[in-house]
This record gives sequence, structure tokens and C-alpha cells, in this order.
Amino acid sequence: MEFFLISLLNGVSYGLLLFMLSSGLTLIFSMMGVLNFAHASFYMLGAYFAYSVGLKVGFFPALILGPVLVGLLGAFVERFGLRSVHRYGHVPELLFTFGLAYLIEESVKVVWGLAAVPYRVPAILDGPLFTLYSTSFPKLRGFMMLVAVVMLLSVYLLLTRTRIGLVIQAALTHPQTVESLGHNVPRVFMLVFGGGCALAGLAGVIGGVAFVTEPSMAASVGPIVFVVAVVGGMGSLAGAFLASLLIGVIQTFAVAVDWSLAGMLGTLGITVTEQTPLYSLWKLQLAQVAPVLPYLLLVLMLIFRPKGLLGTRAD
Amino acid sequence: MKGKFIRASALGATAALVSFGAFAQTVKLALIDPQSGLMAPVGINQLNSWRYVADVANQKNWAGGPKFEIVGFDNKLSPQESLTILKQVIDQGIRYVLQGNGSSVAVALSDAIAKHNERNPGKEILYVNYAAVDPDLTNSKCSYWHFRLDANGDMKMEALTSYLAKDKNVKSVYLFNQNYSFGIALAKAAKEYLGRKRPDIKIVGDELHPLAQIKDFAPYVSKIKASGADTVITGNWGSDLALLIKASKDAGLTANFYTLYAATTGVPTAMGAAGEERVKYVGYWNANNEKFVGSDVIEGYNKKYKDDYYTMATYTGIAMLAKAFKETKSTDPVKVAAALEGMKVQSLNGEVEMRKSDHQLQQPLYIAKWVKVNGKDVKYDQENTGYGWKTEALLPTYLATQPTSCQMQRPK
Repeated sequence: MEFFLISLLNGVSYGLLLFMLSSGLTLIFSMMGVLNFAHASFYMLGAYFAYSVGLKVGFFPALILGPVLVGLLGAFVERFGLRSVHRYGHVPELLFTFGLAYLIEESVKVVWGLAAVPYRVPAILDGPLFTLYSTSFPKLRGFMMLVAVVMLLSVYLLLTRTRIGLVIQAALTHPQTVESLGHNVPRVFMLVFGGGCALAGLAGVIGGVAFVTEPSMAASVGPIVFVVAVVGGMGSLAGAFLASLLIGVIQTFAVAVDWSLAGMLGTLGITVTEQTPLYSLWKLQLAQVAPVLPYLLLVLMLIFRPKGLLGTRAD
Repeated sequence: MKGKFIRASALGATAALVSFGAFAQTVKLALIDPQSGLMAPVGINQLNSWRYVADVANQKNWAGGPKFEIVGFDNKLSPQESLTILKQVIDQGIRYVLQGNGSSVAVALSDAIAKHNERNPGKEILYVNYAAVDPDLTNSKCSYWHFRLDANGDMKMEALTSYLAKDKNVKSVYLFNQNYSFGIALAKAAKEYLGRKRPDIKIVGDELHPLAQIKDFAPYVSKIKASGADTVITGNWGSDLALLIKASKDAGLTANFYTLYAATTGVPTAMGAAGEERVKYVGYWNANNEKFVGSDVIEGYNKKYKDDYYTMATYTGIAMLAKAFKETKSTDPVKVAAALEGMKVQSLNGEVEMRKSDHQLQQPLYIAKWVKVNGKDVKYDQENTGYGWKTEALLPTYLATQPTSCQMQRPK
């Protein structure tokens, strides 16, 4: 029971971090149709900006300032980069963000060096939050969950309860109509792109301090962000939320399970030994393939339900 | 006749001068190790360690003429990348390769260097492996051009299990290793030796996880916790150990950790007070040894790089190469390799010997425990944590010696 609860908490907190990371991508995709390959790079920038700013002003102000800086940079990229590429169609846009990802990674290496920076957990978040049976749950993970939930609520309220949110939603489906009503749609796009990047930046601050802040952190989360977006359904925020939690929990529990095909065959009465053909495949434990599971889910989802869990568009 | 003689002696003198010039030159050693990515802090610490000892050797003229120069190459911990770098190294005319992080890289390099040397007589490369400890490298995959300065995984596991076997409180052990040649070999040795020395100990887990990819070890830690293990044996290094220890600290895991690499960069900070009395390591040296041998190196290194010197193999390595240069009056890898076979030098852990049969250095091993610095037997802390390593046991060379199955192919 202890194991189950702790694993569940670990899984959910990891899932929530994934959600923070991928919500921006989903937002940007649903609004602008841009698959932002540089999204994970903005996540990394969030961590580095907050680290540098935090050295001067402390962790909590940096938690706000870091993402704001990332958001401004995102808006700048949209205004002076993406917008001019936009008229050539989606493929140039995709290539643009692809190149941007490399550019950001190399710049980070030049500015902050190749090794990890010593991004420390602030004293107030260091230590156990509560103890469940005999396992303690760290404060930082609790904080991670709190930030994700607050962020989810504010984005939801912003989109459904405010005027700008309504304009954004309308521009999502009927950009021409919104424009003819006198709204500046390109500026809305810029806002959304900047906002989406800021969300990734926020995830970066949390992820950077919880794990490691180093130049390959973008590359290591890059693929999984797309898995979340596709599994959840392209452009569906609620879908991304569900998919993140699902992937977080699956990955956490898979690590903990030593099932293998050999064991399964064993219960069916078939013994697998080292002489059996393909032995290395049969003896693979679920724990060892845990990192691959999200991608398996991605492939299965694309085959059986291409629009994702809660996606609305079939294209 | 006379003219001929003068000409000949003049020629001889010029040749001697040229060869002396060649001998007094600077010898470049290429260090092929990670200097970027998750393992970069370890790689950079070791690059500095090599540089520091090389500087000391140059100042004190250990080699009797030649100067050492360390040239760093970043292989990103990838065997593929390392082979590309090896080509670069060969093109630049560097004849000595140093490498230590990752036995996967070591196996690839050793193989490629052996092939290169066979095909390019006169351009041989000598490979000094200072930390990759997969036992195969000095057994089934041994090579004449490969010299290992670290004790191999079997030797360390032999020492570690002998020490652990004496602790009657150990009931169940969890093996936690990285999923590549070294981690797999280590887990196998641990099972074999524990079975021989303490058959009553239960192995409650045998985990292999991807190398240098995991950032969140919390799921693994809850698994260890659920297994009820009182002791964890791990060959993890670099960030894989630092993050594992950090996650176990966060989750309040109270098992004892027997490690090979807890003294490497990042781990001491991750342990802090939480590791006190619980984390141990087995290695070829401890900064807080009986007589504090090497304190000048530790202090000098700390002053220069604001970091801890722990890769003592760098000292052994430079000392051995210097002695070989001096003895052979040459920096030619062919002559140096022959001189290194069976060579004995005085290193910081006593007299060590490069065993001729498999090129595995024979040396004493230390087991040390993480405790508060007390100024007496624990003088040096690590990473300014106020904690350091107390020598728990010193195993003389013969106890750590292992047989080898190597059938060395020597060049004719």
C-alpha cells in the first residue's frame, strides 16, 4: 500500500510537470497550427534564466521573472521570425522552429557552459513535506504539483472567463471573422505564442531545480512533449492534462514492475531458458523498457485513435 | 678515410642531437572523455587532475627531459564519437590516449587502437585506461596496447563483499546498476561473490537502468524501499549516483549504500548529512589515508581548481609514463609499452605493479565511510560539505589480486 501510494504520488507529480511542459505546445498548435519544435528549448531557457536571475533576486521572484523573460523572447520570435515565415506555409514554419531549437541549445552552451549549473533547491522547499507510513514525500514535489494546478486553473479561467480568452478561442476557429470584427489577430497570435513559451519556461524553472539544469535537458524532454500532445489530442488542453497524468503514472509504475514475457510464458507452463531463441527479448523486464512505453503508446494511439484522447480534429 | 670518419661521426652527433631533441620534446596525451552533458562535471574534474599532475611532473622533471601536455577531447560518453575523435588524435600525431569514463567507450577504443597499431607500424598508439573497470578488458578482451590503472570491477567487488560479509546486520541486498557492460558485469560478480561468502544474504533486487539518462530516480527508490533491502550495492557513477542518492534522501530511504564511486563529483553534495555513516565506497585510494600521503596534491589541486582531487590514477599514470620515458630514453609508444609491462612505481597508495600478463595494475584497495570531518583521521572534506571519508579497511595488494584469462598477443 505504501509503495502504491508513493508511486502514485510520484507518477502524478511527474505527470503534472509534463502537463506544464506540454500545455503551451498544445495551445500554440491549436491556435496557430504551428508544431513548435523549439518548445523544449524554451523549457530549458526557463531553467537557465531563473537560475541566473535567482542568483540576484532569490528563487521565488525568479520563478515569476524567468518565465516572463522566456515569454517575451517567445513573443519576439513570433513577431520577427515566425510571422514572416508564416506566409510560406506550415513546412517552413516547422523548419524554422527546428533550426531555432539548435540555435538555442548552442547559445546556452556558449553562455552557461557545457556542464550543469549548480541550481540549488531553496532551503524552504528542501526537506520532507509529509511522511506516508515510512516514506517521506519531498516538499519540492508538492510544490511542483501546486504550481501545475494553479497554472492549469489560471489558464482555464483566462481562456473561458476573460474577454481576451474569448477572442483567443474565437480566433482559434474563425480567424477571418474575428479579424473583420476589428481584433488584431496577428497580435493575438503573438500573445499566445509568448504565453505558451512562458508556460514552458515555468515548467523549466521547476524541472531545472528538481532535476538537473544542463544543455541537454531540452533534448531529453523534447520527444515526450510531442507524445503528450498527440496522445491527448492535438490542440486539446484537457486532453493534454489527461495524457500527461497517464504517461506519468504509467512510466512510474512500469519502473517498479519486474514482469517479463518469460515470466508470463512461465505461468502458462512454457519455460524459457537461455537456449530459447530470442532469449534477450523474452527476459526483458517491464522496468527496463519503461522509458520506451510512452512512445509505444504514441504509436498505438496513432494507429487506433489518430485524433487522440480528447482531440476534435481528425486531420 | 679520415674524411669519411669525420662525416660519419658528425652524422652520428647530429642524429644524437636530433634524437635528443626529439626526446626532450613535449609529449601530448589525448584525454578522450565527456566534457559536456550529465557526466561533464566528472570528466572536467579528471581533465584538471591529469593537467595538475602533469604540471607537477614537468616542474620536477620526472621524465628526465620530456614534458607532458594533456589535450582534452569531448566524446560525450559515446563510443561512436570516441572513434571519430581517435581518428582526429591520430591525424594530429598524438601517440598517447587517456580514457576512463565508460567501459563501453573503453572496449571500442581498445579494439580500434589494436587494429590501428597492427596496420600502421611506426605510428602505434598507447592507450592508458585510468577508470573503465569492466573486467573483460584485462581478460577475454585484453590487448597489448591497453594498460589499466584502476582496479577492475571484480577486484573491487571482491574487496567490497569481503568487507560486507563481516557485517552480520546485512540480511538483504539490492543490486542497482547501469545497463551496460560494466553494470552487468558488476551485478554478476556481486551475486557470485556474495553467494560464496555469505549464502544467507538474500538478493532482493537486481536492477539495471539506462546509463546517464534518468533524472528522476524517485520511482526506483520507492521500489528499493518496497523490497525491504537493508543494503544497496551500486556501481553507479556521476549523475546516476548523485541523483540516486538525492532521491533516496528525499524519500527517507535508510538502507546502507556500498558504492564504487561515491567520492566522485556531485555525489558528496547530494549526500550531505543524510549519507553520514551510511554510504561507503571501495577504491584504490582515500584522501584521508593513514599517513595522509598525497596531501600536497590535494591541497595544490584545491587551490588551483577549487575542487577535490580524487582520481589518483592520474598520479600513477604520469609516474609510470615518466619512469618509462626515463628508462627507455624515448617517448616512442612501442618502447614505452614494453617498459610498462611489469613496471613497479611508488604511487600515493604505496608500491603498485603493472602486471605483465594482462596489463592490470595491482594495488591495495581502501574501503571508506562518509563521516564528519574531525581534524584527526578525517582531515579532508569533500565539496565543502564538512563531511569526508574515513578509512575503514585497507586491503593489501595480494588480497585484491584476481586471476586472469588474458592470452596476451605481443607484437613480434
